[in-house]
Amino acid sequence: MTTPTKTKAAPLAELKGDLAVLKEKFGDAVQPAEYEGVVIANDVLVEAARFIRDELGYRYLSSVTAVDYIQEGYFEVVYHAYRLEGGGPLVFKARTPRDVATVPSLVSVWPGADFQEREAWDLMGIRFAGHPNLKRILLWEGFHGHPLRKDWKEPYYEEEHKPFSSRWPSGHHVRAEDRVFWHDNVQYPLDWDPDQVEDTSDELLYIGMGQFARAETGELVEPKSLRTERLVVNMGPQHPSTHGVFRMVVTLDGETIVRLEPVMGYLHRNHEKIGERNMYLQNMPYTDRLDYICSMSNNLGYAIAVEKLLGIKPPERAEYLRVIMAEFTRIVNHLWAIGFLLNDLGAFFTPALYAIEERELILDLFEEASGSRMMCNYMRFGGVAHDVSDDWIARAKELVYNRLPRAIEELDRYLTHNELIKARCQGVGVLPPDLAVAYSTAGPVLRASGVPYDVRRAEPYSIYDRFDFDVAVRYNGDVYDRYLIRIDEMWQSLRILRQALDQIPKGEIQAGKKQYMIRVPAGQAYGRVENPKGELGFYIVSDGSPNPYRYHIRAPSFINLTALNEMCKGHKVADVVVILGSIDIVLGEVDR
Amino acid sequence: MIYGLGILKGLGVTLKHFIYSYIEDVRYLFEGGRYQPRHLPARQGPRARGVFTVQYPKEKLPLPENFRYIPFLVYDTQENKIKCTSCGICAKVCPPQCIWIVRGTDPQTGRPRPEPEAFYIDATICMSCGFCAEFCPFDAIKMDHDYELSAYERYESLLFDLPRLLKPDTYHAQIHPSDWARELAEKEAEKAKKKEKAAAQPSA
Ligand code: SF4
Ligand code: SF4
Repeated sequence: MTTPTKTKAAPLAELKGDLAVLKEKFGDAVQPAEYEGVVIANDVLVEAARFIRDELGYRYLSSVTAVDYIQEGYFEVVYHAYRLEGGGPLVFKARTPRDVATVPSLVSVWPGADFQEREAWDLMGIRFAGHPNLKRILLWEGFHGHPLRKDWKEPYYEEEHKPFSSRWPSGHHVRAEDRVFWHDNVQYPLDWDPDQVEDTSDELLYIGMGQFARAETGELVEPKSLRTERLVVNMGPQHPSTHGVFRMVVTLDGETIVRLEPVMGYLHRNHEKIGERNMYLQNMPYTDRLDYICSMSNNLGYAIAVEKLLGIKPPERAEYLRVIMAEFTRIVNHLWAIGFLLNDLGAFFTPALYAIEERELILDLFEEASGSRMMCNYMRFGGVAHDVSDDWIARAKELVYNRLPRAIEELDRYLTHNELIKARCQGVGVLPPDLAVAYSTAGPVLRASGVPYDVRRAEPYSIYDRFDFDVAVRYNGDVYDRYLIRIDEMWQSLRILRQALDQIPKGEIQAGKKQYMIRVPAGQAYGRVENPKGELGFYIVSDGSPNPYRYHIRAPSFINLTALNEMCKGHKVADVVVILGSIDIVLGEVDR
Repeated sequence: MIYGLGILKGLGVTLKHFIYSYIEDVRYLFEGGRYQPRHLPARQGPRARGVFTVQYPKEKLPLPENFRYIPFLVYDTQENKIKCTSCGICAKVCPPQCIWIVRGTDPQTGRPRPEPEAFYIDATICMSCGFCAEFCPFDAIKMDHDYELSAYERYESLLFDLPRLLKPDTYHAQIHPSDWARELAEKEAEKAKKKEKAAAQPSA
């Protein structure tokens, strides 16, 4: 059994600022929580959320996640809300006993909570009362149990935490597949028979889309009352436009989309459960595999979250290297995104390959610095893994001053004024600013809708406060603007890179001694960075042991998909492909 | 504005790329052809124009020293021994836990002996993160540059055991010149320190 957790400290003594206002308004229903934030009683949660959004001005709900405090016997749902003007979060929490496992849904206040609550239901088994569509999202209906619960064990379960004791000193190799998987290392109820398991995801989905009803015999039939000419079409999971295994179920009225529901999880591996078995450092290479186009900035986000708990800061040179890598990553990602958006439009591969050519040159730099082109694993807590040579800096400068501006300019000349692109993109997939905020979209999707919100400015991390750059913003919120904003952002990244490459000092690249088994003080931290695809957040709960107690990722591609239905409604089915391309998702991050 | 001007301008860019590839071909013609190994850095460098492909497997991109792929164990050819002391740090730090080590024991005394009896790396699981090499205190495990590992089956051929993992330190020196130089310098410094100590002792 698990040892008693040390995740709990005494609650905060007094509440300050907005939390105090909240307490004043709701009285005893608002109690201070441990480490940060307040716990709000379930019966006033929705009302309090509305108050937080409208009166206190925290309009942007960044993250919703849940923690299983098994020793204390309850689940805690943690919300992070932000002001669009910038500044820190307002953290509030809701609690529910493990056997009740129900909290009110906040979808009515923030529609952006939709997928995140479904994820918490799927993986943690918390019901959200009032949620309009509470189905599993990453796993399939019929999956047994909720894997992020602390008492759930995976089929090849070996030990609670790494390092596994079987590896050393008498490590005789055993293949995971050879361990019989319904041996005593899996917990399953006695009445559960794997042959009887039924996947009902699709039926639920189609019933939800109003296409079928269940007859008394249990069969799916066309609903009698509803004779329509509507058609349900599955796009994906194997569809070239989805850039991976991703499925969209669309209800069509003729060619027009009435409703669209994304179906995901084909690449799900429960990154978070793996992360909770791992030691802190071991998660670093796993973060590479989230959004595998942007491994450098994923590393940065995770390092920042853990450094918050550790209370350390990397030396100057490392900070500069981090910014340089993160901004190069942004250029890489946007080149990729634009190239493949054009693919989706039917300009098959010529623009994509021109863009990838430039990306190659940046990846060469990554490879030299970190040892790998894509799975960089470059950041460490309190520093970076390797230093770069002067020659590296010179080559980076050559790219930043010479090659990339030309390439971006050329891409701009090549595509921006193309009438076909304009015809296909302008006015398509429009997301108005208030909806963009309500749906918790982030990154280029949010900023193309006229909301100048960028974590690098709103809550600067690393050394971004030193650089001179503008937050790119566009106002139409259509596919075309989401394309333009990526060009704008590349120009801004080049600006940052010029400053960083010119100013980078000599010196250390690692604070303190590099350790493989760090102990992180007990606490909770939410670290977020402006990833190329949007706000990437890591929520980490530490109980003081070498492994994170809870490790959650706010994945921007996943949450941006919440607004996909809204963007696609009323458009033609051919536009879905383009709209999806303009959100720029990576399935490694969506499915986790 | 005339409709279609944007498309024409865009096609101009394609045309430019197209023409460049021929200009470069002609230029390289006077230098022995595009696919000479000595042209590779320029063809793949920040000033490259025209065709940007590498004719793999006929040509291969040069690998930077830091490049990492599945690790190997260093065999010390000077002292004729395996450098690994079976301390187990790499097995602990390995994120997917794909290293298995049987610590050596002295057959006479039964006490641990600083050499592994067996050492496995399951290459099907290894994520080439490089942590093992980074945290090994004895410079005994290093990341390889050999990335052509395809095999016809994935059980026996991709489970690397001790004989498969061992490579001479000369190979290590060849692919990691600056790392090797650092190791040598550290060794020298250690020797000098020992000498100093030895010299200091009798006088004390
Ligand atoms: S390779 Fe290095 S870290 Fe691993 S057991 Fe041997 S000496 Fe220890
Ligand atoms: S490279 Fe990483 S995954 Fe592979 S053996 Fe070394 S530590 Fe393990």
